[in-house]
Amino acid sequence: MSTATQSPAKTPRGPKPKRAFSPANIMIYGTLFVVSIYYLLPLYVMVMTSLKDMTEVRMGNIFSPPVEITFEPWVKAWAEACTGINCDGLSRGFWNSVRILIPSVVVSIAVASVSGYALSFWRFKGSELFFNILIVGAFIPYQIMLYPIVIILRELGVYGTLTGLVMVHTIFGMPILTLLFRNYFASVPEELFKAARVDGAGFWGIYVQIMLPMSLPIFVVAIILQVTGIWNDFLFGVVFTKPDIYPMTVQLNNIVNSVQGVKEYNVNMAATLLTGMVPLVIYFVSGKLFVRGIAAGAVKG
Amino acid sequence: MDQIVNPSISIKNLDLSFGAVEVLKNLNLDIADGEFVVLLGSSGCGKSTLLNCIAGLLDVSDGEIHISGKNVTWEEPSQRGIGMVFQSYALYPQMTVEGNLTFGLRNARVPKDEIAARVEKAAKILQIEPLLKRKPAALSGGQRQRVAIGRALVRDVDVFLFDEPLSNLDAKLRADLRVEIKQLHQQLGNTMIYVTHDQIEAMTLADRIAIMLNGNVLQFASPYEIYNHPANKYVATFIGSPTMNFIEGSVHGGKFDSALGTHSLDGYDFTTPSPDGPAWLGIRPEHMATGDEAANKPIQLEGRVEFVEPLGSDTLTRVTVGDQHMWVRMDGQAQVKIGEMIPIGFSATQAHLFDTTTEERL
Ligand SMILES: Nc1ncnc2c1ncn2[C@@H]1O[C@H](COP(=O)(O)OP(=O)(O)OP(=O)(O)O)[C@@H](O)[C@H]1O
Ligand SMILES: [Mg+2]
Repeated sequence: MSTATQSPAKTPRGPKPKRAFSPANIMIYGTLFVVSIYYLLPLYVMVMTSLKDMTEVRMGNIFSPPVEITFEPWVKAWAEACTGINCDGLSRGFWNSVRILIPSVVVSIAVASVSGYALSFWRFKGSELFFNILIVGAFIPYQIMLYPIVIILRELGVYGTLTGLVMVHTIFGMPILTLLFRNYFASVPEELFKAARVDGAGFWGIYVQIMLPMSLPIFVVAIILQVTGIWNDFLFGVVFTKPDIYPMTVQLNNIVNSVQGVKEYNVNMAATLLTGMVPLVIYFVSGKLFVRGIAAGAVKG
Repeated sequence: MDQIVNPSISIKNLDLSFGAVEVLKNLNLDIADGEFVVLLGSSGCGKSTLLNCIAGLLDVSDGEIHISGKNVTWEEPSQRGIGMVFQSYALYPQMTVEGNLTFGLRNARVPKDEIAARVEKAAKILQIEPLLKRKPAALSGGQRQRVAIGRALVRDVDVFLFDEPLSNLDAKLRADLRVEIKQLHQQLGNTMIYVTHDQIEAMTLADRIAIMLNGNVLQFASPYEIYNHPANKYVATFIGSPTMNFIEGSVHGGKFDSALGTHSLDGYDFTTPSPDGPAWLGIRPEHMATGDEAANKPIQLEGRVEFVEPLGSDTLTRVTVGDQHMWVRMDGQAQVKIGEMIPIGFSATQAHLFDTTTEERL
């Protein structure tokens, strides 16, 4: 006993000692470090610039922290910055985006989850064909469909309105979301569905009482996808809406690119950070929820 | 077979195909009220498919299904008066045990106090009262399967359908639950249909066993009948472990000719009037006598010991007789050495004869 504890070469016993600097660890942490720098450095520059006033910005030390911290650029970006047409800042675009985002996310996820559920459990004649057409839809470039959609929206009388844009977002979200939900529900054991049918639950009963409660993780994934996708959308916003209901991204572009006067880099940085805030918050909030959802989901029953 | 007057379940000319694949072909089955029927067959023979048809989870291609005298071919599963228990338990993961038990009753809008009474009764029978507030993830396999049985129990149905309910459990638990299911059947007196590919479950539980192959029922009879009078060579091979030994030869005027000699078939109960022709003679390993006993048997052979598997209670020995391999079940105390010649004897009353071409019993 005593000799074993004294001698440095211990007989193998208990947990195997791990080397801190194994090649695998060096690779993993090295890569993580480089990637973090790559993403965090620009963010750092943006935050710093947005907190300086213009005289300090003109001095050009983009990496140095502000000598005097000012929130002026943020206030200006939110409430006073001028686009070509008006001068009430990003706030208008923010509320437009919110009004586009909420109905688009809710409607697209509601429809796609039900159709994914129907496609995996209630197969009907031609359901495979329907699904394949939907998937092909995911691969058609948006640009090809822009003009036809303009015509369709005009005929429906919703061209240039928020309703029209919500419809477009819902439809374009459908292929990928349906695929997502169908694949998730396909992993739910079929016997669960059979048991619910024997128990007398119908199409909606099974969806609401059995499937919904066990699909929190996939809903979180769908919400992340849709919120970031729709919030960051520029093309549809610019094509299908009018200036006074432009989403935030379009308005950001107009502020940054407006040619009157001097370029206010600090305001532009603040405006960009404000626009990026929503997806960022979604990642932080839902990331936690996501992990918890998976852990609590424990689909096996 | 005697006609059942008021069958609990009656399946008439049932066909089922998945596209071009015919899984069930013109299947007929009458099950008496309160009977425990086991569907037994190798994997892929259509047992689960048949059970799903009875439950109404699959639309039949042709034929009728009657339950308790009512034609339910077009009825929804919940309207058929059946409860079903699945191999994977299929408990609703986000509901408590109580929620699982009451789900069907809530869907059927059964009054609250009635639900409570039925849950209490079922929980008592299955001894799951302390588990009612738990989620399925917090239960062991055996407890989950009890809850799954409870879910069928509370629905107060005439017919229980089990699809391999015990095959996810370990051997000990399987044996315990097997006994419990049998007791449950005696207590409730419901009709039960039970799918398995475990012979022991089939033999111990069933009033009658339906042996299936390729979507057909080959024989539907009591375990005794299936073991002692298998209707064809497949059934004979399927039941019994190790499987029955077969000798190829021919029947000729009450005698069996084969490479091992000519033996009298005195005492064999022929089912056909003209059995003569090429045939297989089958004999189960446990019906082969060895040692001194062999000398008293009418048919005697001699075999060389190739291989010995001592199981404690008895010893399985593989021998070569002529150029044929045979398994013999010997007493556990028997001492045999590899290469040794041992006498083997059996009597025609315990043998089985099957036509070589049709494989039907002679
Ligand atoms: N949805 C389906 N589509 C096509 N073929 C199917 C389908 N379901 C089952 N089959 C086929 O039907 C046959 C019978 O299947 P079934 O599940 O009834 O077998 P089983 O007797 O229950 O087998 P096991 O003992 O393995 O459970 C199999 O050959 C299977 O491949
Ligand atoms: Mg099966």
